[in-house]
Formats: sequence, C-alpha cells, structure tokens
Amino acid sequence: MSPAAPGRDGRGLSGVERLRRALARARYFVREFSGEAAYDRYVAHARAHDPDAAVPTRRAFERARTDAREADPRDGFRCC
Amino acid sequence: MIDEGTRVMPTSDATGTERDTASPGTTQGSPSPKSIAVWVLVGLVGAIGWGVLALSRGEEISAAWLLAAALGSYAIGYRFYARFIAHRVLKVDKTRATPAERLDNGVDFHPTDRRVLFGHHFAAVAGAGPLVGPVLAAQMGYLPGTIWIVAGVIFAGAVQDMVTLFFSTRRDGRSLGQMARDEIGPVGGAAALVAVFAIMIILLAVLALVIVNALAHSPWGVFSIGMTIPIALFMGFYLRVLRPGRVTEVSLIGVALLLLAIVAGGWVAESSLAGTFTLEKETLVVWMVAYGFVASVLPVWMLLAPRDYLSTFMKVGTIALLALGVVISMPTLKMPAVTEFAARGDGPVFAGSMFPFVFITIACGALSGFHSLVASGTTPKMIQKETQVRVIGYGAMLTESFVAIMAMIAACIIEPGLFFAVNSPPGVIGTTVETASQAVTNFGFAISPEALAQAAKDVEETSLLSRTGGAPTFALGMSEIFSAVIGGAGMKAFWYHFAIMFEALFILTTVDAGTRVGRFMLQDTLGNVHKSFKDVSWKPGVWFASAIVVGGWGYFLWVGVKDPLGGINQLFPLFGIANQLLAAVALAVCTTLLVKSGRLKWAWVTGVPLAWDVAVTLTASYQKIFSQDVKVGFFAQRDKYQAGIDADKVLPPAKTMGEMETVVTNATVDGVLCVLFAVLIIVVLLDAARTCFKAIADPASVKLSEVPWTESKIVAPAGLVPTAGERAELAAAGLDSGGGRAKEPVA
Repeated sequence: MSPAAPGRDGRGLSGVERLRRALARARYFVREFSGEAAYDRYVAHARAHDPDAAVPTRRAFERARTDAREADPRDGFRCC
Repeated sequence: MIDEGTRVMPTSDATGTERDTASPGTTQGSPSPKSIAVWVLVGLVGAIGWGVLALSRGEEISAAWLLAAALGSYAIGYRFYARFIAHRVLKVDKTRATPAERLDNGVDFHPTDRRVLFGHHFAAVAGAGPLVGPVLAAQMGYLPGTIWIVAGVIFAGAVQDMVTLFFSTRRDGRSLGQMARDEIGPVGGAAALVAVFAIMIILLAVLALVIVNALAHSPWGVFSIGMTIPIALFMGFYLRVLRPGRVTEVSLIGVALLLLAIVAGGWVAESSLAGTFTLEKETLVVWMVAYGFVASVLPVWMLLAPRDYLSTFMKVGTIALLALGVVISMPTLKMPAVTEFAARGDGPVFAGSMFPFVFITIACGALSGFHSLVASGTTPKMIQKETQVRVIGYGAMLTESFVAIMAMIAACIIEPGLFFAVNSPPGVIGTTVETASQAVTNFGFAISPEALAQAAKDVEETSLLSRTGGAPTFALGMSEIFSAVIGGAGMKAFWYHFAIMFEALFILTTVDAGTRVGRFMLQDTLGNVHKSFKDVSWKPGVWFASAIVVGGWGYFLWVGVKDPLGGINQLFPLFGIANQLLAAVALAVCTTLLVKSGRLKWAWVTGVPLAWDVAVTLTASYQKIFSQDVKVGFFAQRDKYQAGIDADKVLPPAKTMGEMETVVTNATVDGVLCVLFAVLIIVVLLDAARTCFKAIADPASVKLSEVPWTESKIVAPAGLVPTAGERAELAAAGLDSGGGRAKEPVA
C-alpha cells in the first residue's frame, strides 16, 4: 500500500540519479494529487487481499468513480 | 458502531508513554537552544511587521510588512497554539486507526499521503471567497481587515476546521449535519440543515452576481469564459472515451486551450464580433440561470468533473504565482491603514460600522463556516493519522488565510480613488467618469476623470465604474503585480482577463456543484413526502429539485442586478451572516463535543470563538433588522421607500416607481431572511447549551457516537516534514517519507 516515492536521502548519488529521483518524486505527487493514481491504488488494494481478484478495467473503474459523484454530490464538494 | 464509554478508551497510559519516547516531534520536553532562537526570531519578524503596520500614519508602506506580520503570526500560531490544541485538548492519538485505515476500500476510504491530502483539502476549502471578502473590506483601510484575517484564522477559523476534522474523523467522516443531529439533538440538527440549505442559495446568488458584474459589457471576458464550456466538454469526452483517467495530460491540454481563449478574447473584443459578446447584466443573468440548470442535470463526467480539474489546476497555479509575484514586486499599499468609513459606517461598498460588519464581510480567510462541510466529509475518510489533523485542518486554513491577505494586498495597491470608483454602486457615483471622479473626490480620494478612463483603457475594458463584487478589483491588483514582473504595462489587459477568468472558472464550478448539493438536500427532504424523490436517478425529481434550487439563487441574482441600492451592497452582508451562522453551528457542535467527551476545562478553545462569532452575527442581524439608518436596516429601508410610494414620490437612487417597488420588495425579503438566520442561530445555541448542561449535570447519561479505539498499523509522520524520530520510525518500518502500513513488523 505504500506509495512508491523514492527516499529523500540522496547523498552519495550521481547527478543523473538524483535528477531521476527528483522527477520520480514530482511524478508521484502529480499523479496522487490529480487522482490519476486512483486506479493503480485500487488494483493494488484489491490484489493485496486476493492476488487473483477480478478487477474492472481502467475505463470501467474511472466511469464508476465519476458516476459515484452523481449519487452523492456532497463528496468532493468545494467551498466558496 | 456506537460506543458509549469512549471517555475511558485507552488513549493514554501505555500509548502515551510510547508517544513521548518514539516521536520527538510530539513530545512536550524542553526545546533545544537552536529551536528557541529560531522561534524568537520568527516572533520578532511578526512583531516588527505589526509594529510598522500600527505605527505608520499617513505614509505609504510596503506590502512586505503586511506579509511579515501575517506569516510571523501564522508560524507562531501553528507552532504553539495548534500544537497545544492537538496534544492537550484533542489528545490526538497516533496509535488509533483512522477511518481511512479501518474502512480502506481503495476508493473513497484510503489512507492518503498527508502532503497530497493537504493539497486536496486546501483546494477544496479555498475558492473565490477569500478573494472577495478582503477586497470589499478594504473600504475601511487595510488594517481592520488584516487584523481580523490573521487573528480570526489563528483563534477561530483554523481551530474550527481542525476540531471539526478531528471529531468527524472519530466518527467515520460523518457530516456536520449528522453530527449536529447525533450530538446536539434533532432540533439543532434540523436547524443546521435549514441553515446549510439557505446558505447555499445565498452563496450561489452572491458568487453568480460577482461574475455577472465582472462580465457585463465585457466582450473579452464573456468570450473567454464562454469558451471554458466547450473546453470542459472536450476534456470530459477525452476522459470518458479517449483516455480514461489521464487527468494530468488532459488538464495540461485544457490549461493551454484556456490561455488561448484568454488571448482570443482580446482579438474578439477588437473585431466585429465584439457586439455579439457585449451583454447586458440582465442577459447574463438569464444565461447564468440557464447554465446553472443545464450543468447541474448533465452527467458529472461531461461538465462538472473536467471543469473541476481545470479550476483546481488554475487555482493552485495562480495562487502560487501570485505569492511569488507579491514577493518579487513588493508593491506599496496606497490605501490608508484605516479610512473614515471605518468609524462612520457609511462606506459606499457596504454600509455599517467596523463592528460587526468587517467580521461579516470577511468570512473566508478568517472564519468560514463552509469549511466545516469539507472538514466533515471527504477529508476524514482519507487521513492516515489522527496526529495529522493539525497540518491538514489548521495548516490548510492558514494557507487560505494567506490567500486572503494577498487579496487584501491586491485591493490596497491600486489607487484608492480607482478602488472606490470600481466598488461603489451607480446610485452613489453615477454612470460617467466625471460624476464618479466628483463623487470619489468627495469621499476624500481624489482621482481625475482622465485617470479613471485611462485605467479602463489599460485593461481594454470600456468602463470600470461600479464593477462591484471584488473580482474586478482583485483582477486590477493582480494585473498590477503580474505586469510588474512579466510583460510590463503592455500585458496588463491580458493579466486582468486572466484573473477574471481564474475567478469565473471556479465560481462557475461552484454554481454547478452547489446546485447539485442543494438539490440533493432538497430531494432528501422531499423524499419524506414522496418516496421517489429520494431516488437520485429519478429524472423528474432531479429536474424539479434542480429547478427549485436554481430558481432560488436565480431570484436573488436577478434582484441583485436590478436593485437600485446595489446588489453586492445589499446581498453581501446576508451572505456573510449566513456563512458565520454556519460557523456558529460548527463551533457549537465542537464545543458540545468537547464538553460531552469530558474536556470541559478546554471547552473555551471553541467556546470563545463561538461566543465571538455569535456576538458578531447577532449584532449584524440585529442592526440589519432594527437599525433606523436606512443604509443599514432593511426594514427602515422598506419603510422609507414605502412612504415614498404612498406619497407618490420617487426617492433616489431609484429613478422610477417600479424601482421604488423593487427596493421595498428586496428589503422585505432580505430582512425576513435576516430574521430567519438569527432565529436559527439561537435555536442551535439553545439546543447545544441544553445538551452541554445535561452532560455536566449528569455525566453518566452522555452518549457519544464515537467509533471505538482500534490499533493503527500505519506509520506516518504528523507534519509535512518528518522529525528525526519519525524518520527513524519510518526507516524501521521500511517506509519512505509518505508513510503507510508497516512492511516489516515494528520493533
């Protein structure tokens, strides 16, 4: 379940490696913040309990996720 | 799920000792000399900032002092007061599993990296509100508003957000309305529900009015904002059909198209199409209402979801840019610290004296009741650790407060004469630059007609007079700041419309989302009468309830546009009172919970802000209802204009008998609403007081609906940056700085 953000300790690494880690961190935050990681997280969650669990396709998952807001618009409501 | 004996849950003892040794970040031990030196320095920066603000008389000062005062105070408030509340009052327990951990389903309940959740929570609480209130309050000078924004957030607003978040987290993310019903009683709960609905209607009307005032007679603005609809539809299609879930790439495409729409707006304004996009306020109201209805009945994926991504992207980006712009350009504040309107209470932007009206006008940024709806809904279902309520609840609210400070700076760096010409209704300053210049000069802020015309020309608008509502003023300030950093004077028009677009974007999102929430509440209530209404997929019910909600805010929007006394002038106090009423509900729930959970000696933490908020709200309601001053009292207004009608005399600023009747109707409706709000607040308070006294008199009778303690298996730091101790814990658990479930058994 742990997010795949690389560690913050970059001592003793080459410049390229440090850059690669910084980019990976940025990517992690962007994906988490935008909600793009939701599907991967869901699959990981389902597989953690049962490695052979049947999971919906990304398309079906994203549809269900958006449509859930139809049922209760208070979730994800933003303030003034 | 319901547990009655929570007050004896094992939150102390064994876990308490572990807390003290395992995590230096949360211990109460003596601080190191380095830390003392740092905090003394932070305190000094804040104190010097306040000193300069307080002592400067007459001369213009740099916005840097305002920033120093605010940031220094926030740091002290966060370090000491928020920590005290978290550990002494709430006794946050890092060994206790949160709903996100216990009910993890990988979708809506899931433990989320605190840094990501901070972003989500901030984006959810901060919108157009903190950009509007401070701008209007600037009519009394920068000082009263700034003091309230900073003191209010530290002692009231951030406390409310954090404590609500904490209690909702202990109740599986129950909503404020549910908590009011469960913990105070059915009467208080029902009053809270009515309050939320009424506020939603007024809020949507006021926000829509802000947009209508900014877009009227502005072909550039209308074209750019109109284009956001096809852009959002395209993004919705992309996410639904082409590449589901690829939010980042579609948001980047969306933002690029948005910038193109702003640039294209400038071309349209200069082309033969300009006439088509030059709309009267009345026409815009019709469009807004039609848009609100259609958008709220369309599927979420078509318009709402993509618009939400777009506005969040723009919001976070622009706020970051603005902070950078202010720091780089360090503008000077041209507005006096305190204007004469503060004492006399006859300002043209909103009527009434400093107390209570500054505290009503600035809600978001200081104390915003609306936040309690976010803090008791989505966020509690995602928080990893109880210890994180401080950074997420308190910290995100401090950040919103900082946004309010930047709005205050934006309003105070433009020429005060221009500020008053933009923010006064036509009834006060007339409709030409000559009359406006005359009227504003009479206020004591000289500005020539040429300067007023030039200011409009600089941003390529035909006129800036009476563009009330805050958005245009904020846009002027922002274009001033941004053009000083990028592009110079030539870019002013672009930045002005960029700022208008940025505000309009999330106001339109709120109009859509808010209509849906209002509809949902209405359907839920109507469901008690006719069962089918509860079914959210029953189309006639959806259309009917949507039409009622849109009709509700549409009515106030129409009234706001037609009111000769000025819509913002009349409606904004109502919005402020409504928002502070919701804060009173939230603080009453929090105080009741503190008392019921055996924390009576700490009840002042939310009790004092509650008392202050009630004093402000009831005084404002009282004045709005009973004041004999026709500028303040709704019923005094009604009497004056009714007497005029009876005597067959037209009283300015009304120009016809029809307008006289408009004033009478509006003043009556607004006055009745004020009475309703005051009654609601008193009902909630009395019911809360009854519950509290009962809990004190007979502690054995207390029933708390708190979820029982379950051990947490998650290791995660409390603050944004892990402390040395937390880092060691993370390493022992085989985790990175984001935290999570321990990979190896914790020693």
